[in-house]
Amino acid sequence: MRRQLEGSRAIAETVARCRPGVIPAYPITPQTHIVEALGTMVRKGTLTSCRFLTVESEFAAMSAAIGASLTGSRVYTATSSQGLLYMTEAVFNAAGLGAPIVMTVANRAIGAPINIWNDQSDSMALRDSGWIQLHAPDNQAAADLHVLAFRLAEELSVPVMVCVDGFVLTHAFEPIDVPEQEIVDAVLPPYRPRQVLDPDAPVTIGAMVGPDAFTEVKYLADHALRSAPAVFERIAAEFADAVGAPQRRACCVQDYSTTGADTVVVALGSVTGTLRDVVDSVEGVGVLTVTMYRPFPAEQVRAALAGARRIVVLERALASGAGGIVTSDVRSALAGLDVPVHTVIAGLGGRPIGAASLRELLTRPGLGDVTFLDLREDVIDRELGREAVHETDRETAYETDREPVAERDGQPAIEFDREAAGEFDRELDSQPALEPAGEFDREPAGEPAGA
Amino acid sequence: MPAQSVKFYQVGSRAVGNRLLDAELRTEQSSADRRNSITSGHRACQGCGEALGARYVLDTAARVTGGRLVTVNATGCLEVFSTPYPESAWQVPWLHSLFANAASVASGVAAALEAQGRTDIRVLAQGGDGGTVDIGFACLSGMFERGDDVLFVCYDNEAYMNTGVQRSGATPAYARTATTEAVGPIPGSRPGQGKDLPRIAMAHEIPYVATATVAELRDLEAKVEKAMSMRGPRYLHVLVPCPLGWGSAPAETVRLARLAQRSGLFPVFEAEHGEVTSVLPIRDRIPVEEYLRPQRRYAHLFNDPPRTDLIERIQQIADRNVARYHLNPHEAPRETPLEISHEEGA
Amino acid sequence: MDTPFAITLGPGSSSVNRTGTWRTERPVYVDRLPPCNQACPAGENVQGWLYTAEEGDYQTAWRQLVAANPFPAVMGRVCYHPCETACNRAQLDHAVGINSVEEFLGDEAIRRGWVLPTPAPDTGKRVLVVGAGPSGLSAAYQLCMLGHHVEIRDSAARPGGMMRYAIPTFRLPRDVLDAEIDRLLALGIDFRPNTPVTDLTAEHGFDAVFLAVGAQLAHRAYVPAAQSARILDALELLGDTAAGGRPLLGRTVAVYGGGNTAMDAARTARRLGADEAIIVYRRTRERMPANDIEVTDALEEGIRMKWLSTVKHADVGVLTIERMELDEKGVPQPTGELEELRADALVLALGQDVDHTLVDTLPGVRVEGGVVQVDGHMMTGYPGVFAGGDMVPSARSVTVAIGHGAAAARNIDAWLRGTVATPEPEREVATFERLNTWYYSDAPETVRPRLDAARRVSDFAEVTGRLDVDTALYEARRCMSCGNCFGCDNCYGVCPDNAIVKVRTGHGYAIDLDYCKGCALCVTECPAGAIDMIPEPD
Ligand SMILES: Cc1cc2nc3c(=O)[nH]c(=O)nc-3n(C[C@H](O)[C@H](O)[C@H](O)COP(=O)(O)OP(=O)(O)OC[C@H]3O[C@@H](n4cnc5c(N)ncnc54)[C@H](O)[C@@H]3O)c2cc1C
Ligand SMILES: Cc1ncc(C[n+]2csc(CCOP(=O)(O)OP(=O)(O)O)c2C)c(N)n1
Ligand code: SF4
Ligand code: SF4
Ligand code: SF4
Ligand SMILES: [Mg+2]
Repeated sequence: MRRQLEGSRAIAETVARCRPGVIPAYPITPQTHIVEALGTMVRKGTLTSCRFLTVESEFAAMSAAIGASLTGSRVYTATSSQGLLYMTEAVFNAAGLGAPIVMTVANRAIGAPINIWNDQSDSMALRDSGWIQLHAPDNQAAADLHVLAFRLAEELSVPVMVCVDGFVLTHAFEPIDVPEQEIVDAVLPPYRPRQVLDPDAPVTIGAMVGPDAFTEVKYLADHALRSAPAVFERIAAEFADAVGAPQRRACCVQDYSTTGADTVVVALGSVTGTLRDVVDSVEGVGVLTVTMYRPFPAEQVRAALAGARRIVVLERALASGAGGIVTSDVRSALAGLDVPVHTVIAGLGGRPIGAASLRELLTRPGLGDVTFLDLREDVIDRELGREAVHETDRETAYETDREPVAERDGQPAIEFDREAAGEFDRELDSQPALEPAGEFDREPAGEPAGA
Repeated sequence: MPAQSVKFYQVGSRAVGNRLLDAELRTEQSSADRRNSITSGHRACQGCGEALGARYVLDTAARVTGGRLVTVNATGCLEVFSTPYPESAWQVPWLHSLFANAASVASGVAAALEAQGRTDIRVLAQGGDGGTVDIGFACLSGMFERGDDVLFVCYDNEAYMNTGVQRSGATPAYARTATTEAVGPIPGSRPGQGKDLPRIAMAHEIPYVATATVAELRDLEAKVEKAMSMRGPRYLHVLVPCPLGWGSAPAETVRLARLAQRSGLFPVFEAEHGEVTSVLPIRDRIPVEEYLRPQRRYAHLFNDPPRTDLIERIQQIADRNVARYHLNPHEAPRETPLEISHEEGA
Repeated sequence: MDTPFAITLGPGSSSVNRTGTWRTERPVYVDRLPPCNQACPAGENVQGWLYTAEEGDYQTAWRQLVAANPFPAVMGRVCYHPCETACNRAQLDHAVGINSVEEFLGDEAIRRGWVLPTPAPDTGKRVLVVGAGPSGLSAAYQLCMLGHHVEIRDSAARPGGMMRYAIPTFRLPRDVLDAEIDRLLALGIDFRPNTPVTDLTAEHGFDAVFLAVGAQLAHRAYVPAAQSARILDALELLGDTAAGGRPLLGRTVAVYGGGNTAMDAARTARRLGADEAIIVYRRTRERMPANDIEVTDALEEGIRMKWLSTVKHADVGVLTIERMELDEKGVPQPTGELEELRADALVLALGQDVDHTLVDTLPGVRVEGGVVQVDGHMMTGYPGVFAGGDMVPSARSVTVAIGHGAAAARNIDAWLRGTVATPEPEREVATFERLNTWYYSDAPETVRPRLDAARRVSDFAEVTGRLDVDTALYEARRCMSCGNCFGCDNCYGVCPDNAIVKVRTGHGYAIDLDYCKGCALCVTECPAGAIDMIPEPD
């Protein structure tokens, strides 16, 4: 049954139907609504046999998650941005110990400068932590992916991150069908841990492993991770059958209008929705949505891109000093094929990716290696001008989008209003928040930007 | 005396066991079928106080829980010497995750057990002083504050031993470590309180906080037993001399723990809900010098000429402990707290 | 569980790692010689029987004790307990009251009628023992236990020697003495009273002889005296009194001499009605041969001491005393200063000599300094004739005499078998430094109850009281088991490598050399010093 729900709410309800045993949580925008909702369900008793732990940090959250998971409970947590980095050590550890934790990452930029809005720098930073990473293109998928994530995690004893674009999805109200309890139960059997702390069968978990076996441990972990695409697609099919909605069948990668397309845009997350709209009106351009980013489904990507003459990878994160992150994955997937791969860096720190900008970009005759979408050239020119030392190097750094955006599009994209963002958040907030705007790490309004 | 004579057992309660004691009055460690929770073949140094302390604690915890016990261990010597692949010395369920997070992992374990309705299984977390007072402090404080049902045991060997003896927040004044060399006008670790974790734990007003040493086994076992009879967050801080880090003979481990207590430098007490409820009185007080001298980490205090000023400063710390906890039955309680000088050096 | 590779390990799997290879030294359990045992002239395994007594098993403790000394009840009253002087516990608080526990065990045995063990089967060998003092009785007992036939002859009417005819009854009640001697003789020893042996060459039918005639002759010293002055010998006084007589002494009695006999004589005099008893001695208290306890007892009973004094002349009712001075060698020298001392009687207690006429006819036997010489095996120069007790060169005490008797018996036994007794292997002494005394409970000694001084001098009642069951147990448990494991489990407990295991044999513990890293913690923490570190054999 589809209901008008906030993305976070839909995720929380789906997670609740997955019957987690322990939810350690620490607040960070834009993840808060998810865990607040779950906490309330535990309090109200609608989510039973579950402990909701208000821990003192994300590091503690992931640590408690590890402990609970290895004690045989199904464990869920959620975080974002700084929080994800703060728990980094434990994130790697969870994977190393094979704890099948499921975590939502409400994607958000990483400071400094501190910024609460969406991009994917956070999950990208941890792409090689040994977790499976699933990226939700929309809120229905976001909800569905959590069911699949638990099943996948537990089947492989590997933790899974479900990446959901912060605000864009987490705070967006849409008609969403939260998978029914019977469906979830059918797809997700009770957790049967691979190893567990148990006085009746004592084991030592987390031994120290030296050079004699460390490589093998890592090989085996990689091996397990690489089986994820096939398992995922099997489970996804099972789930779609159970829901009776073939269109909700998730795939590692999803192509759209790629048949015969000259250009294929590769992207992760919510931007793929905008892209589909755009390519509908631009001739010869298709879209490849990557849902499973780790492990990287290289074969499927290669197969999907085989016919293209030009590939554009739209990235919501930047590998400083290198360029696009997904681009390198795509390039190695296409090794041997003579097809240009262009990187477009877009939507950093919450800058909206407008359809008009995309349309212009895709119809532009020449595209450089790395392009920053909607870059405010005036600012860059002014600032670089002040730093004469760097003047000479400037041209060689990146290909940039030279046209002043304001002239192309009337959207308030560039004069992004921090106040407005706050409003935006408030507007989307379905439940009466106890705290104003639920925005705790927001800079006080009115302070000069960049202070 | 005659009235009490039948209770007199030659070594009374001090030795590990005594053939004259009723079986139920003997320590767990004296039992022929004690569990040896951490068993032979571990790679701890000769005379390791931490290996000893861990067995003392866990055997008792395992006994009083009837074996319904799971443990979480922070990174550190104890973890490293007990579990190098392919051999583990642990006979109890044991989980190691990271250096800083043992308390949180244990919170998660306890939460899972509660969620599963298996609260008969008890959770014990353990770590070194570094993993407790420094890097693991936030997690520990959170565990306390939330009221999680975990006994956290800190094996305090007063430095980061596993990484080669660097200073921790529990390193005592003037002790030499690899990061506080015995050079300059203030040799060794900076003087000052360091992090007095038992007292910080007490400030959380958790059900139970206790200190103990590997030299007073019966006291230690009683504390573990008491801790396990309670629910909620509990903290046990055990002094475990480290021959390597302290520069002492392996055979001196237990003796040094005893001297630490007898000097007043390591107060042994227990507290409930933030209030001290009992102290282990000093039986025969010694000057700190007697404790410091056998340890090479203090050798610089005993050069020619000796740093009597610094030894005096350490003595003041001991005196203050004795006054604060009324450790010495032969010294009248003080009205006013003892002053200790706060200058850094001489 | 389908556990992941390497990250997860099986419990206790470290036991395949034999850390014993790290070791350069290894611990070994030892039995060091406790100083009490070393000091006991009777050769008792003091620590051993205390260990048993600690468990409250007094009968077994008594059996262990009487294996070396058949007179615990007597010992508990008259032994000067050098064991207590040597006791390590004296350096901690006070020596263990070994003697009082011994007395307790002895009295328990009498009270409960515990019997001595059955002697070994008859060997067919016959031994003659001359003298039924403690030395002779001890030898007879040990020989009898070994299965030899023993005949004791004594010139006196009853057995016991000085124990019966010299030691006052207020120190040694005769029912106690009788009980222990009777029990001993009842083993089948052929005792012949009133049978002085005068000529050993005339004795036939014995395979060996043990001589223990003591030193029964009062030492003659010339004291110029008026005809009617009352002068008598201490042994005579004590002997008469012990036999129930009440010799007349007058109101003031002077006792001349500074040994135990002098003390006993003076104390006896008080009990016989003397208002005043004064001991006249040439040297100072420090140099007095009398045992310190005896001096103290005497002083408590109001006996006066005149140090640095000799009796120049004895008249009726008065003595002339000369003051002495110690020269730099400590020898008393006359000063010529004279004074008078009122005394109705003068008792001479100047020592005892050995009547060695018995051996004068035996070829090869040497007498030097008035005592009979023996070799390391207690044998005189005449093969097969052994001697011990007061008659040989040695300290003179009941305990020494008993030790001699036992040692002689061992040697006689070997002689009868045609072999030579091998001495006990030398054991390292468990000195105080070897102990870790921290572990022992604070426990002040138990003081045996004593009659107050006024009550004491009114009759011959025994002065010193007994321990009761509780205090005896307490006192036994004060023993630190020096050098010998007493099962405290410390080593078992403090080993960080669980390398000590409990076993049913021997000490009850064994080192598991597969895992022992050689840290020596067990050694340091053994309260009794019963573990040693030795280099690892190659
Ligand atoms: C007054 C006094 C008090 C003492 N108090 C103590 C004390 O408190 N504690 C202590 O340890 N020691 C004490 N002693 C010393 C102790 O009594 C003697 O050292 C001990 O008795 C010596 O034992 P013995 O067997 O060698 O000789 P004795 O005890 O002298 O026995 C010798 C025996 O041989 C018999 N005898 C002698 N000649 C012959 C012969 N020709 N034929 C057959 N039999 C013969 C005698 O009748 C006698 O029974 C005391 C001595 C005296 C005199
Ligand atoms: C996050 C992190 N920082 C540092 C280390 C390195 N490290 C491992 S053990 C250790 C010292 C442990 O000291 P302590 O907790 O006192 O235990 P000990 O070894 O002294 O028993 C350190 C610094 C680590 N493993 N993880
Ligand atoms: S303490 Fe015991 S073993 Fe040691 S000397 Fe004294 S009596 Fe003998
Ligand atoms: S430590 Fe105790 S048990 Fe071990 S040898 Fe010494 S006395 Fe015996
Ligand atoms: S304590 Fe253990 S490891 Fe150390 S020497 Fe004794 S038996 Fe060996
Ligand atoms: Mg440490």
